[in-house]
Amino acid sequence: MTSARRRSYGVKGAPYAHPSPTTTLKRARSAPYFFLLPATILFALFFALPIGYAVWLSLHKVQVKGLGLGSGARSEVWAGFENHTDALTDSELLDGALRVLGYGAIVVPVMLGLALVFALMLDSDKVRLAPFTRLAIFLPYAVPGVVAALLWGFLYLPDVSPFYFVLEKLGLPQPELLDGGGLYAALSNIAIWGGTGFNMIVIYTSLQAIPAEVYEAAKLDGATPLQIALRIKIPMVASSLVLTFFFSIIATLQVFSEPTTLKPLTNSVSTTWSPLMKVHRDAFGEGDIYSAAAGAVIIAVATLVLSFGFLRAANSRTKQEAAR
Amino acid sequence: MSSPAVRKTAPAAGTTPGTAQGPPLRRRIALVPTLTLLLGAIYCLLPVAWVLIAATKSGSELFSTFTFLPGTGFADNLSDLNAYRDGIYWQWMGNSALYAGVGALLSTAVSAISGYALAIYRFKGREAVFNILMAGVLMPPVILAIPQYLLMAKADLADSYWSVLLPLVLSPYGVYLSRIYAAAAVPSDVVEAGRMDGASEWRIFTRIALPMMVPGLVTVFLFQFVAVWNNFLLPYIMLSDDEKFPITLGLFTLLEQGANTPALYTLVITGALLAVIPLIALFLVIQRFWSLDLLSGAVKS
Repeated sequence: MTSARRRSYGVKGAPYAHPSPTTTLKRARSAPYFFLLPATILFALFFALPIGYAVWLSLHKVQVKGLGLGSGARSEVWAGFENHTDALTDSELLDGALRVLGYGAIVVPVMLGLALVFALMLDSDKVRLAPFTRLAIFLPYAVPGVVAALLWGFLYLPDVSPFYFVLEKLGLPQPELLDGGGLYAALSNIAIWGGTGFNMIVIYTSLQAIPAEVYEAAKLDGATPLQIALRIKIPMVASSLVLTFFFSIIATLQVFSEPTTLKPLTNSVSTTWSPLMKVHRDAFGEGDIYSAAAGAVIIAVATLVLSFGFLRAANSRTKQEAAR
Repeated sequence: MSSPAVRKTAPAAGTTPGTAQGPPLRRRIALVPTLTLLLGAIYCLLPVAWVLIAATKSGSELFSTFTFLPGTGFADNLSDLNAYRDGIYWQWMGNSALYAGVGALLSTAVSAISGYALAIYRFKGREAVFNILMAGVLMPPVILAIPQYLLMAKADLADSYWSVLLPLVLSPYGVYLSRIYAAAAVPSDVVEAGRMDGASEWRIFTRIALPMMVPGLVTVFLFQFVAVWNNFLLPYIMLSDDEKFPITLGLFTLLEQGANTPALYTLVITGALLAVIPLIALFLVIQRFWSLDLLSGAVKS
């Protein structure tokens, strides 16, 4: 259709110097490739090449000849999956993975639960102070993770914290927040504080997109607001819940800056607290980039498997719902 | 009585006027939602309120007076921070502004042109290109940052401004948002009309499509700005010269040293307050213009 219109314009001998239809068409065909050139180059340099290099490194190791002194004494040799099996049987990496899973089991449900509750409250009638509270709850999004961890870190310090001050005045026991099990609560709280507002906005935005007539019909049928929330609102924002869930899982698996920031304040955050911290320690603390690369590749594969598995499950679920 | 009962008879905002809505209810407040939201707001504002007060305390007051009681040392804290290592704090702030400003600008440009190409043209491999770019979202940053560092070191670019700036220019999320926005804001008829008038594809993009995409691109820019400003991992890995540190990394090293010299704690706290102010100010200004629909990728088309 479009080409037909163009043809009529590019007639030979037309009064204007329009390009011929074939050149326009060719240009239109090649244009997207030109437009995508910067992204492609950047992707190749800063995504594909590093990933390929990490995979290559993970399959190699250093062989030391003699005392390992002088040039040529250290050479890179093929190691196969040796580094990967080492990493998979490394108790530090596994412990880190378990800690992150425990941490994620707190952060994701609590953060998204709060985000959903706040979004539903914002969306309800007659609520007061909605603009102010919406802004206040979204505000931590603007605070860098490092600064958030730093602020909460001080609030967890018994000497500085107002909570400890109040508990002490009331003669109540003071929990240890930077040690043992309390550390999970402390770290989860930082992530929940930082992420609830963003997820709330995502859910609230899709709640706002539901037409008012839907509620009208339900009200005429005598549905209570709670029923409307549970049976209409939540199912209708299911797709954004899936989206927020997906991003929260990825962010949780990648936790790094918060425990790293709390580390100077307590002795109970080790340099290998999360798998990514261990990878960083291997690469820069120990200078063993081959093990670090193997750990990195394993985490990347685990992330991909988990997130695609989740997306597939969510997709088949929504298809089932649609089929009903 | 809880709010649900109130709501039952109350008309929803924006419902059709003139329909029977039950007995008139004058400005009843939905108590449960309002209180829940207020509690959430208090929780979210608490650390910010604390840092505001803690920054006014001198080193000794920090550990001795009640936390929510203002102190007397704010001016001293400021001048200490200013004097610390010849004002390196301001260097860090400047670096952050540079990384976030230039990085977000370049990133928005690349996102705009890529998103436009992916939205407007039908070409072979379009979905493949898009999916590969999106897979970048799933890559844990450490997985990328360590080999990126090693490659940068080989290219003699490690520990340079470029090493923090360049890897962040391509933002998969920015491309995703730009594609959605271009599809919604640039009608294909307009592109077609430009072609019939003999404009080149590049001219159509810069003169016709780009202005239409501006509101969406502002969102992409702000999103990237916040992301780069808040970034910690990449500079943490790339940089060793603290003159090039962004503010997040600067504060972190200050805190690390503070663990041994508690006198530095007041500097860390004052520094954290000052580091949050520009972003909160930016946030308050932009939230009026910022299309939150776009942030979530939910553009109605």
